[in-house]
Amino acid sequence: MSNLRTLIFATALAVAAPAVAEEKPVDPYTQSSANAGAIPFTGDQMLAAFHGRDGVARIVDDTLDRSVADPKLREIFHATDMERLRRTLKEQVVYLLGAPVAYTGRDMKTTHKDQGINTAEFNILVEHLQLAMDKEGVAYRYQNQLLAKLAPMKRDVVTR
Amino acid sequence: MTSKSGVISLALGLAMAGSLAEASDMETSGKLLLTGGVTSVEGAGGGGLASWATITGYGTRDEWGANAHATLVELPDYQFRAGGVSVGFHDRVEVSYTRQAFDTGETGAKLGLGQGFTFNQDVVGAKVRVLGDAVYAQDSWVPQVAVGVQWKKNDRDTLIKALGGKDDSGVDYYVAATKVLLNQSLVMSGALRATKANQTGLLGFGGGKNDDYQIQFEGSAGYLVSKRLLIGAEYRSKPDNLVGLKEDDWVDVFAAYAFNKNLSVTAAYADLGTIATFKDQRGLYLSIQAGF
Repeated sequence: MSNLRTLIFATALAVAAPAVAEEKPVDPYTQSSANAGAIPFTGDQMLAAFHGRDGVARIVDDTLDRSVADPKLREIFHATDMERLRRTLKEQVVYLLGAPVAYTGRDMKTTHKDQGINTAEFNILVEHLQLAMDKEGVAYRYQNQLLAKLAPMKRDVVTR
Repeated sequence: MTSKSGVISLALGLAMAGSLAEASDMETSGKLLLTGGVTSVEGAGGGGLASWATITGYGTRDEWGANAHATLVELPDYQFRAGGVSVGFHDRVEVSYTRQAFDTGETGAKLGLGQGFTFNQDVVGAKVRVLGDAVYAQDSWVPQVAVGVQWKKNDRDTLIKALGGKDDSGVDYYVAATKVLLNQSLVMSGALRATKANQTGLLGFGGGKNDDYQIQFEGSAGYLVSKRLLIGAEYRSKPDNLVGLKEDDWVDVFAAYAFNKNLSVTAAYADLGTIATFKDQRGLYLSIQAGF
């Protein structure tokens, strides 16, 4: 009986597990929205242009799906906690677009210091982001306004 | 140069670029679409009439890139053609070679030069990016700045002297500043050029009115309509050295379209003013560029 109960419990856990995003622990760091690496837009126009938080979530998921599937980038994500990356990247973009949320992730320099990303790989990531924004139907001029916030992060992201 | 030889030089350039790509282990094609600009009439990476501070091709600082171009400007009384190759190394250094042809066509007979008389000029260029970043440094107003030099040699020495030109060869020096303003989807570029060239050197260098280096200005402003399409306008001031052969500043409105990183076309409506006594030389500028 107790064996059966254990089995049921284990099965329930196994079924439930994929639904619960499990992030791996990271070294302690000081949380601050300044870690997002740029000053956010003011007003709600930008977030609206990206179809709100749902739109940003679709764009980030699509960008990362494209990137992980890209043979030129696969190495970069080898040791990446994708659950955490998806959450923090969505948070970062939503924050930069002017939503009243905090960015809880680490700063760009710390996050990328061991990634060994070069300029070409950075650009491929940007191209995947552009394709994802196209797919979401974000107007090109608004895409460029977000890219204007992200482009200077190349200094911290590209380490070789 | 006939238009047939223009096509041949384009094909040769492409073949050369292709074999170089196979021979190298260095990665290529890392830059974003259109950020390498197109190829100017003198072969430098830039707009159509103006040289920019960008380094030709799609190579990043770890890579190299190259382009071949063929350009045609159809004017009421003349035809201008250019074809050449350019290579960018590590997004830092650019070298280029272009051969220009200024075909007087039927106007040649009216000028007493003979039907289809053509001035040819070789232009060898080098450019070095010295500071700034046109694309990434969006949190700074500092543009990308490059310095360049263009060696020019014309093949009509005798006639140039007869027209009052002082020399059949010359060297231009320029400094260019270029910035992509992503927040506004704009591309802005300006250059100062020290030159003695008459009609970019196609009518020689120096003349009776002036035989000293003068500083001229080249400016471009473009709007990024999409990833693939840049529309804009250019202005280029020019010296006026030759007695009796008034020279005007050049302007154009252009559209540059990138099919992909390997192929782009530029179409422009250019106003080149008076050339060798024939006024209102306005016409269609077409340029095709292939590279990586």
